[in-house]
Amino acid sequence: MSWLSDTLTSTIGRKLVMSLTGLFLIIFLVVHLAGNFQLLADDGGLAFNAYAKFMTSNPIIKTTSYGLYAFILIHIIMSIALVRKNKAARPVGYSEVKGSANSSFSSRNMGILGFIIFVFLVIHLRNFWYEMHWGAIQMDDAGNKDLYKVVSAAFSEWWYVAIYVLCMVGLAFHLSHGFSSAFQTLGVNHSKYTPFIKKLGIAYAILIPFAFALIPIIMFLNS
Amino acid sequence: MKFKLKIWRQKNNQDKGGFKTYDLDGVSSDMSFLEMIDVLNEQLIDKDEDPVHFDHDCREGICGMCSMYINGEPHGPLRGVTTCQLHMRSFSDGETITIEPWRAKAFPVIKDLAVDRSAFDRVIQAGGYISVNTGGTPDANEIPIPKTVADEAFDSATCIGCGACVAACKNASAMLFVSAKISQLSMLPQGQVERDERAEKMVAQMDAEGFGACTNTGACSAECPKGIDLSNIARMNREYLGAKLSSGK
Ligand code: HEM
Ligand code: SF4
Ligand code: FES
Repeated sequence: MSWLSDTLTSTIGRKLVMSLTGLFLIIFLVVHLAGNFQLLADDGGLAFNAYAKFMTSNPIIKTTSYGLYAFILIHIIMSIALVRKNKAARPVGYSEVKGSANSSFSSRNMGILGFIIFVFLVIHLRNFWYEMHWGAIQMDDAGNKDLYKVVSAAFSEWWYVAIYVLCMVGLAFHLSHGFSSAFQTLGVNHSKYTPFIKKLGIAYAILIPFAFALIPIIMFLNS
Repeated sequence: MKFKLKIWRQKNNQDKGGFKTYDLDGVSSDMSFLEMIDVLNEQLIDKDEDPVHFDHDCREGICGMCSMYINGEPHGPLRGVTTCQLHMRSFSDGETITIEPWRAKAFPVIKDLAVDRSAFDRVIQAGGYISVNTGGTPDANEIPIPKTVADEAFDSATCIGCGACVAACKNASAMLFVSAKISQLSMLPQGQVERDERAEKMVAQMDAEGFGACTNTGACSAECPKGIDLSNIARMNREYLGAKLSSGK
């Protein structure tokens, strides 16, 4: 094996990959959220549709999006590899474990929380991303695909909004540990910066999923 | 004091093992946890039963042998101590106490509560030697080391290799132990010559022994009798990844 594959398949190397892909996804979510806010513009979706058109046709953004698909896949595949390795490291379990005495809920359930996000991604991509790329969508007044109509139709169903909000709660918990954990994995642990990183991580983990969840709630109430 | 003890009994590594419950009366609150087991064992021997096997040596909190997973935590409920330094006053009268061995693929059970921790020795051996000059005894303070650095290296060096970090971790990861051993040398001038090689080899051995990866839950550090800090793991990650990127091989 070469030194690179050697490194990336070590326990520390695998965590490095989790950390870098996770941090990329954290940046991506901010960009995605900024775009979503255009759903709330009072123009029948024209601004949002124009934005969706731009995001699916601009060559730089298209290239970045292939990176994004790859990173999500790598994050998921690596998490499965890690969960399996970690399970194998303790073939016989304890009869009693007092996890809450020494660690946070999120940190002990990253796999389950990640799985909730995965289920969300499947629904989300099927309903919006797939429709935008390959579905039969009507055109809006400006001649762009009317993705807004697809989204607002979905968000007029209470159960769809409920699933969306619940998944955002899962994301919040995943990130409440993941954000600061990613820095620790990269080796960034310093008495000057770590307390700030931890606070920033908690703020991010509350604010971003909350803002994501707010949009479908507002659209449901307006529908 | 009176206790109901639910103890893991396992004849040998091949045996499946299982819990057995014992009632123990007349325990003094000032007894250490191991002394309490001693009392139980004397009663078992009197009844011609096999006593409970467990590891111990110094009984003063410095050797790291006394591995017991008590009521869901390594070394029991008290922070910053090993099982031999845990006293029965930390429990309430009449309580049921569950006692299990460390659970990890890399720590096979030898008998009852005793596990084989030689995987830790192999990780240390993989780190190899450090190069020093032979000849006369060096003068004290010949090598200048800032006090803060010496203190930090010493903090890492207080790890007694007990394995509570592995026992506490949901992934049975040995990262706290290995990172303490890598840190204590990487911070000091004496450890510089083999610094990169040491990090690469010790991590490789850690992986080969079948320990899990780190999820940064912090359970290890919270349960560590010596309070080894998580910043050691961050340092190990830097040392290992830096070595991999820059070393000759
Ligand atoms: C399909 C969905 C996902 C799955 C299955 C998943 C799974 C996981 C798992 C199992 C871990 C813990 C790995 C370990 O420490 O052993 C983890 C860590 C992490 N995840 Fe996810 N995740 C998903 C989506 C996301 C998303 C959308 C983000 C960001 C927006 C994200 C950010 C992170 C971060 C930052 C970490 C911490 C990395 C570290 O500790 O170094 N994950 N993920
Ligand atoms: S790091 Fe702490 S818990 Fe782990 S072996 Fe060393 S002393 Fe024991
Ligand atoms: S017997 Fe030595 S630390 Fe407990």
